[in-house]
Amino acid sequence: MSETTLNDDQDLSGLPLVDNPVMPYLRQERIPHIWCPGCGIGTTVNCFTRALEEAALDLDKVAIVSGIGCTGRVAGYLNLDSFHTTHGRAIPFATGLKLANPDLNVVVYSGDGDLFAIGGNHFMHAARRNMDLLVVCVNNFTYGMTGGQVAPTTPIGATQTTMPFGNFENPASLPFLADAAGATFVARWTVFHVRQLTRCFKEALGKKGFRFIEIMAPCPTLFLRRNRLGDGVDMVRQYKERSVLRNGADTKEVAVGMEGDIVVGTFVDRERPTWLEAMNSHFSSVLGDRYRTYGG
Amino acid sequence: MSDATPVRKAKGTVFVQPEVCKGCSYCIEFCPTDCLEFSREFNAKGYHFPVLGRPEDCTGCGLCGLYCPDFAIFGMRFKDIEAAKAASLASHPTR
Ligand code: SF4
Ligand code: SF4
Repeated sequence: MSETTLNDDQDLSGLPLVDNPVMPYLRQERIPHIWCPGCGIGTTVNCFTRALEEAALDLDKVAIVSGIGCTGRVAGYLNLDSFHTTHGRAIPFATGLKLANPDLNVVVYSGDGDLFAIGGNHFMHAARRNMDLLVVCVNNFTYGMTGGQVAPTTPIGATQTTMPFGNFENPASLPFLADAAGATFVARWTVFHVRQLTRCFKEALGKKGFRFIEIMAPCPTLFLRRNRLGDGVDMVRQYKERSVLRNGADTKEVAVGMEGDIVVGTFVDRERPTWLEAMNSHFSSVLGDRYRTYGG
Repeated sequence: MSDATPVRKAKGTVFVQPEVCKGCSYCIEFCPTDCLEFSREFNAKGYHFPVLGRPEDCTGCGLCGLYCPDFAIFGMRFKDIEAAKAASLASHPTR
């Protein structure tokens, strides 16, 4: 290596003799990943894997499901039982997976376009029924993989390939939607908040019911470039400056725009019977001894 | 050495894989002690990668590794390195 060689603890190929703590959780043969320089998705993966480690979960009992899109690649990179579904259908697949294997901890990890545009109906109904899923949405306010079209989350005024004069459609506020549909846990963090996000993942992994975490992440190639917002790091710096911690905030008041506060924190944390619990208690009361409860 | 200026001592260090870095600068920007800087040379992809410019300031807090979207850098406390080395040797028996 050159004069600025970094550390004695590296072998000649420059590979550290100590593994990056994320490595045991990745399918290493698929790394390096395809995400652009400055894309925030990889940062969320670090936080997720640290949370898995801290939660000391049995990894054979954790499954991860993604839809289509840049964030959809996460299921392919994580060294867990995973499935990469068709566009928008991560939640229905995860629902089936969970109901057939009630002892699995099922995580849906996908983007805003996948979860809220084509998959929006599934999101609403899984939250309403309180399916026992952790749904993680990396929200970059655009369709990344398909070229920067307007997404249901694109703020008013942002320029996108399908809105060259600026977006005029009202965007969805994801925490409000999740709360209204009945999610039991709703939180929002940004790629700046790596420690908080790790803690949030860990907390949510240990809970039951339909849990939703929104993570705001920069898409430098499409969203930032088209809106002249600089590089990924400039956006993360904006997150740092614009974010306001408000745990328990009314989700009606947490919408984000191109400017102004970004409210972060845990907004909702409540208990409600999961779909399986509700089914078991209902049939037990209607059918009595004739019913055998399913999946605890 | 005069004892007028207290000597800062590093509590940890970083490990970098220069070839996977895409130069996003997250680690440099958000290191709480501001001890990283860009290298003068380029990696094969043409990016400057981070180097420990002020090693005495590194606390090994590991934040750089949490931020790095490309898994190219991570920090560690000196006291944790030996155990981590043993663990990673065990997982790469061919090294
Ligand atoms: S381990 Fe912490 S102090 Fe050291 S370079 Fe990384 S972020 Fe900075
Ligand atoms: S965070 Fe990672 S990819 Fe970005 S500059 Fe630092 S080492 Fe390179």
